[in-house]
Amino acid sequence: MKHTLCLVLIAMGMGLPQIAFSQLNIFACEPEWASLVKELGGDRVLTTSATTAHQDPHRIEARPSLIAKVRRADLLVCSGAELEVGWLPMLQRQTGNRKVLAGQTGYFEAAQWVDRLGIPEKVDRSMGDVHASGNPHVHLDPRRLLQIALALNERLISLDPSNTQHYQSRFEGFKHRWQMALERWQRLAEPLKGMRLVVHHQDWDYLFDWLHIEKVGALEPKPGLPTSAGHLAKLKQTLTEMPASAIIYTHYQNPKAAKRLSQLTGIVAVELPYTVGGGEGVTDLFTLFDVTLKRLLKVKS
Amino acid sequence: MNKRISIVTVLSLVLGLTPVCAVESDGFNPAISLILDGRFSVYENDTDYELPGFMLGGEAGRGDEGFHLGHNELAISANVDDMFYGKMTAVIADHEGETEVELEEAYIETLALGNGLTVKGGRFFSAIGYLNQQHPHAWGFSDAPLIYRGLFGDQLRDDGLQISWVAPTELYLKLGGEITRGERFPAGGASHDGAGANSLFAKIGGDIGESQAWQVGLSHWQADIENRTSGGHHHDGGAHEIPTYTGDSRFSGIDFVWKWAPQGNASERNLKLQGEYFIRDEAGTVSMDDGSVTPESTTYDGEQKGWYLQAVYQFIPRWRVGLRYDRLDSDNRGSDQEVLAEAGLDNEGHTPERLTLMGDYSHSEYSRVRLQYAKDDSYEDQDDILTLQYIMSLGPHGARQF
Repeated sequence: MKHTLCLVLIAMGMGLPQIAFSQLNIFACEPEWASLVKELGGDRVLTTSATTAHQDPHRIEARPSLIAKVRRADLLVCSGAELEVGWLPMLQRQTGNRKVLAGQTGYFEAAQWVDRLGIPEKVDRSMGDVHASGNPHVHLDPRRLLQIALALNERLISLDPSNTQHYQSRFEGFKHRWQMALERWQRLAEPLKGMRLVVHHQDWDYLFDWLHIEKVGALEPKPGLPTSAGHLAKLKQTLTEMPASAIIYTHYQNPKAAKRLSQLTGIVAVELPYTVGGGEGVTDLFTLFDVTLKRLLKVKS
Repeated sequence: MNKRISIVTVLSLVLGLTPVCAVESDGFNPAISLILDGRFSVYENDTDYELPGFMLGGEAGRGDEGFHLGHNELAISANVDDMFYGKMTAVIADHEGETEVELEEAYIETLALGNGLTVKGGRFFSAIGYLNQQHPHAWGFSDAPLIYRGLFGDQLRDDGLQISWVAPTELYLKLGGEITRGERFPAGGASHDGAGANSLFAKIGGDIGESQAWQVGLSHWQADIENRTSGGHHHDGGAHEIPTYTGDSRFSGIDFVWKWAPQGNASERNLKLQGEYFIRDEAGTVSMDDGSVTPESTTYDGEQKGWYLQAVYQFIPRWRVGLRYDRLDSDNRGSDQEVLAEAGLDNEGHTPERLTLMGDYSHSEYSRVRLQYAKDDSYEDQDDILTLQYIMSLGPHGARQF
């Protein structure tokens, strides 16, 4: 039986088309990283995203199509800080692809390259789904995103040194455009300083850190737990004492809770894109911030 | 942190080891998880359980009545180093008043062979079928499908070696095989110097658009069996006889899973449909071991098969409902029909079937409370079974297996 198995395995291996290695095969865990990879890699990379803006990156299963993708990947680009802890380690373990294991050059963890917010002093399940390594939703601060881009650029070069020139010039180009955009965004966002918002989940901490926006409350009573009528009543109480400008949520979160609180309090509920693909016209990282700021400014005016 | 230390300590005491103190850094701690499972069941019938046409073994049965504990397990796992992953699961259960620790799983697995290859060694759940590799707390219902009960004694696991390979293709394709000891039910006797059972499996799968994912599996298992014992038929007053089987056994199976969630976002609503079919052939001798030199015996040529189909639907966050239908059939022949009947292999013209309904509520991902009703026609005395169950998990994030 062992022989038959070996023969089958060899036969399968030989029957496969030889994949050209001119392009790096990159598996991004979330759309924001797929977008960054495209900015930095251009035509030298083949990118696929494990999740879309419609899916909660906490709650993905290690499904067959993802196993097949990780199997062929040269590099995984993920948020890290335990955001993907429910599914990524399982994918890494099941695929027999040693290039992309934790600690290898083929595994890039974005959150590792920036200062993280919300690192808890203690972790207990009664606190909900908290991440011991801090808040993983790091991409919503464009300053931190540039730091990540720098590290990712170095990673691409070390994986594909023959194209160093290509990656370096793409990174310089991206950095220039990003810095220009950053200046523009900061000017635009001036009126948002001190704005008070209610969030659905702790997705926005980095955006708020950048724009000096204050988080007044969250629709989730504890991270990862669905909201309840009792919790909404409590929030309403808080909001009558200290009003907020808006209640924000994103596509993969059920808008019902935000809309319910909006009815109770008269505070407007606003959907923000959160990531690339999360709203009309949000086709890359630049438009992600354009649209986010536009929607927040509309609330403010 | 305290919780962690106490779990380590409890485990250490249970296993008779010196308690180890938890390491400071979380990254180096093995993941320790504890599953708590308790039940309250109500049955209509008091008669002993049997499954006509099937020799029961392993953990097969319908469980206790009233308050009782289910499958409480403690698992420790971690990457050993950059090459190996290791996991151990201990089940702590009461058997006739004694608390027993059973080593349910204890295996290592390679991480870094590359080229899609993975080798696993130790005690593990076989990769045949779909449900078999999952722990009972991950099943959609509080008990195993009837075909799992009848053929595997609820779940097929053994000590041995597994090799598997994932193809570098767009479509998910995994092929593998196992060689195992063949001592546990449904094998027996650890023939061929303790390498008496082997299996082959293949799985393919993928996505259909953004909202659907699927997987289909094929499996085959065979063993040379020496003196496999089982519960069989109970007799009042007669000498205690243990049905014992020696011969060949092989089964083949096909399984499928299909999942749907709007735009692939399962947090609000999702549907999971799955089904499995197995057919087993056995040929050998069954004897009724009563301790004498010449126990009654018969030739035995049997075929047992069955399938189940189940659907579990989460209609709003936290709430799920499920429906399952089970059906078995058997055709067992032998030189002495009476002995076959005593061994539980005569189906008495009965086709076991069962219809199960369940509803469960999960306060968070870590806690679940379930109510289940089964109209059980798996043996002659029809039964209505009501089970209230809790399943709680402590410790790190469980892996989201497909």
